[in-house]
Amino acid sequence: MELLNVDSITMKFGGLTAVNNFKLKINPGELIGLIGPNGAGKTTVFNMITGIYTPTINKIYFQDNDITGMKPDKIAREGIARTFQNMRLMDNLTVLDNVMIGFHLHLKSTLTSAIFKFPGYVREEEDIYSRSMELLGKVELEKCKMEKAGSLPYGQQRKLEIARALATGPKLLLLDEPAAGMNPQETRRLMDFIQKIQDEFSLTIFLIEHDMKVVMGICKRILVMDYGITIAEGNPKEIQNNPEVIKAYLGVDANYA
Amino acid sequence: MSLNLFLQNVANGLSLGSLYALIAIGYTMVYGILRLINFAHGEIFMLAPYFLYFGFLIFHLPWWASAVVAIILTAVTGMLSERIAYRPLRDAPKISVLISAIGVSFFLQNLAIVVFSGIPRSVHRPEFFKTLFQFGGIRIQSTLIASVIVSAIFLTLLIYIVYRTKTGLAMRAISADIETSRLMAVDVNQTIAMTFVIGSALAAVGGILWGLRFPQLFPWMGMIPGLKAFIAAVVGGIGNIPGAMLGGLILGMTEILFVAFLPALSGYRDAFIFLILILILLFKPDGILGKNVQEKV
Amino acid sequence: MKKQNTKIFTIFALIVLGILVYLAENHLDAYKLRILNLSAIYITLGVSLNLIYGFTGQFSLGHAGFMAIGAYVTALLVLPPYYKEMIFILEPLAWPFTVMHTPFIVALFFSGLFAAIAALLIGLPVLRLKGDYLGIATLGFAEIIRVIANNIPRITNGALGIKGIPEFTNLWWTAGVAIFTIYIIKGLINSSYGRALMAIRENEIAAEVIGVNLTYHKVMSFTISAFFAGVAGGLFACLLTTIDPKAFMFLMTFNILIVVVLGGFGSITGTVIAAFLFNFFLEYLRPIEAGFNIGPIVVPGIPGLRMVTFAALLLIVILYKQKGLLGGIEFTWEGLFQFVNKLFSKNKSSEGSAT
Repeated sequence: MELLNVDSITMKFGGLTAVNNFKLKINPGELIGLIGPNGAGKTTVFNMITGIYTPTINKIYFQDNDITGMKPDKIAREGIARTFQNMRLMDNLTVLDNVMIGFHLHLKSTLTSAIFKFPGYVREEEDIYSRSMELLGKVELEKCKMEKAGSLPYGQQRKLEIARALATGPKLLLLDEPAAGMNPQETRRLMDFIQKIQDEFSLTIFLIEHDMKVVMGICKRILVMDYGITIAEGNPKEIQNNPEVIKAYLGVDANYA
Repeated sequence: MSLNLFLQNVANGLSLGSLYALIAIGYTMVYGILRLINFAHGEIFMLAPYFLYFGFLIFHLPWWASAVVAIILTAVTGMLSERIAYRPLRDAPKISVLISAIGVSFFLQNLAIVVFSGIPRSVHRPEFFKTLFQFGGIRIQSTLIASVIVSAIFLTLLIYIVYRTKTGLAMRAISADIETSRLMAVDVNQTIAMTFVIGSALAAVGGILWGLRFPQLFPWMGMIPGLKAFIAAVVGGIGNIPGAMLGGLILGMTEILFVAFLPALSGYRDAFIFLILILILLFKPDGILGKNVQEKV
Repeated sequence: MKKQNTKIFTIFALIVLGILVYLAENHLDAYKLRILNLSAIYITLGVSLNLIYGFTGQFSLGHAGFMAIGAYVTALLVLPPYYKEMIFILEPLAWPFTVMHTPFIVALFFSGLFAAIAALLIGLPVLRLKGDYLGIATLGFAEIIRVIANNIPRITNGALGIKGIPEFTNLWWTAGVAIFTIYIIKGLINSSYGRALMAIRENEIAAEVIGVNLTYHKVMSFTISAFFAGVAGGLFACLLTTIDPKAFMFLMTFNILIVVVLGGFGSITGTVIAAFLFNFFLEYLRPIEAGFNIGPIVVPGIPGLRMVTFAALLLIVILYKQKGLLGGIEFTWEGLFQFVNKLFSKNKSSEGSAT
């Protein structure tokens, strides 16, 4: 059974077609990359999958459920998590709080038991705390747990965003340009990290990236978009040699070793 | 309702509407440029007839000179409020500017109480404005006609400024994209100051005409008309100048006709207007002429 | 600090508070009591407004409307039927209000309940709006409520308002409700739900993607906030003994806003302190407006000066000290002890370093 089935969706904003007939099937355990020049519509695809936009035409299925047009919080509950291209952390909250929020959607305690601190709630809260610390450990941020998220250096903020996404317990993780702004060393660590969490949390990962090292290095399958249309799909070698892809990227520094 | 009565109401509605239009423009211009609802605009509107009153009574200026001075003083007040209370917050979270605007509003209102006292003042009406014209069966006060004509003149002037001058071009540019405008060497601070000056001047004209029509002045008279003018701006499409004019006229007509056709519900007049606002915000927030600006995710 | 110790200190503090309230009730004059009572009511109002503003980030300007609902509900429930028959001279009071007569605490509960129901109905459509628009929409609703109150004499006695409400409110009630409000709202904030609310404040889109149901949480916060505003309205009615629609104009919401801004968004401690400061200064500055005598010299009053001062203060805080006069600090027992420790250790080290 495929995990995600994006069935030829199109996104129109008034007269502008941002995404045209985007098709994709992802199987559990895959690591798929989506590349393309800026403005190609990649983030729009992410936004449709996560419920921020509703596709103008056609549908999206997750684990055989129709999730088209579902609200983002419901989609998160279904098991899809994401990070943002321009990072959306809760800047004024602590690092720890940012991760703990990720566990809120699975909270079983009622509002009343939370306000009055019934034992059932207290247990859940302690559980959330320890699991959050665990996640922070994985991204090496336990020491700054009480710092404001907004005060963290850029690279650490990115890791925090991923930790927060992991807290929701997703089956499918969407990463929007996770390596943006990272130096080569950090990028290599990120690549290892992504593969590590994929194993550890049994994730299926779908990522958007501009850094070809990352994409060619860890993605088994890659889609290329330009002007809203998928112009190529295949494994890294096929994509590297595809004339359409090279044409779309002409002038962009695409150095992949 | 007889035709005469109906036409009388329409005339009243147009007159009131043109006053709302003058005030609404100030709201819409500021919103278009700063994405801020200038809560204090109603108080700007209120200050003009007071300046007129004191200019005339205390300084014994001829009536028309008092009016000009009043407009200038009001425009300066508007400009100062922007300089002192809004400019420092240009990069702050939106809520801060909103609260600042509310603060300016109450500050000006109470300052007016302190300086002018809360005793209602009567604006002196020059002879010309007391005459009554007869058109068939309708009696129209000259203030009514004056409102419409003066509004039309100033609005035409405004359209000229916004669409045919460099300042106007700068305003429209900043409305569309403030960052890029800065990069294009548009003097943002000056243009914004100009926006406030023009908006306040128009509100001042509205205030003076209002004072002629409803001669009782008190320091909190700006709140409700200010709020209604804002609603007018939203109805027409916030950020859109022709929208503000249209909205003003529509709101004026609606208010008058609501009372005319449903006299039993006249106490609910203001509630009805607020209801319109809420319905528009919920179902057509861009108003009649407005355009939707989506947030980029 | 262990949880046990915090609980002990809190209980101890409450006992001390109880003693202070007892002393105040029995020894202070009515004038001073009125200021204390108003301060306590403003704590309830400020903390509840802070819940929807400071913690959830929703700019609601409709608090006065919920107060109004609460005030009228309490007034109608707490007055004996024969009295209501007397004062409703414009139009006879509608059934079932004619026969209803409940104890004060029941009335307060219903005040909160009706305000909460109104908030639920208003909030569901309106909380979709953002920033200024939400502010204006909620302001609009508060005004609509006020206009309705003015126009349904069968229930509210119209513009005449309701007079002669029994003066049930005393410091036990106001302080008690204030403590209860702080307890509930603090309980909410220091929980996963509170984190969800703050997440909404910080970044709504991210919060939604993380699985926070925006509608549920915003409406929940709005409704709870309105509940306490309604209860405060009821306390208000039985303190001032008369209410009319004019008491619930936007000025009332503005006063609460001043308390929240001066105290700092998201700071309950700040709101408490600001509530007292606001009411104390409002009262003690009264002579400046009414005029006073210094010996033979008569200093004329300048009406409106207090509000000008407060408006100016609001502007100064919002322009320069956006976190509030206190910088957004929150009181904890630990914090207090650390503070005291710092004071003492400073003294010690200055003595030691003299060598």
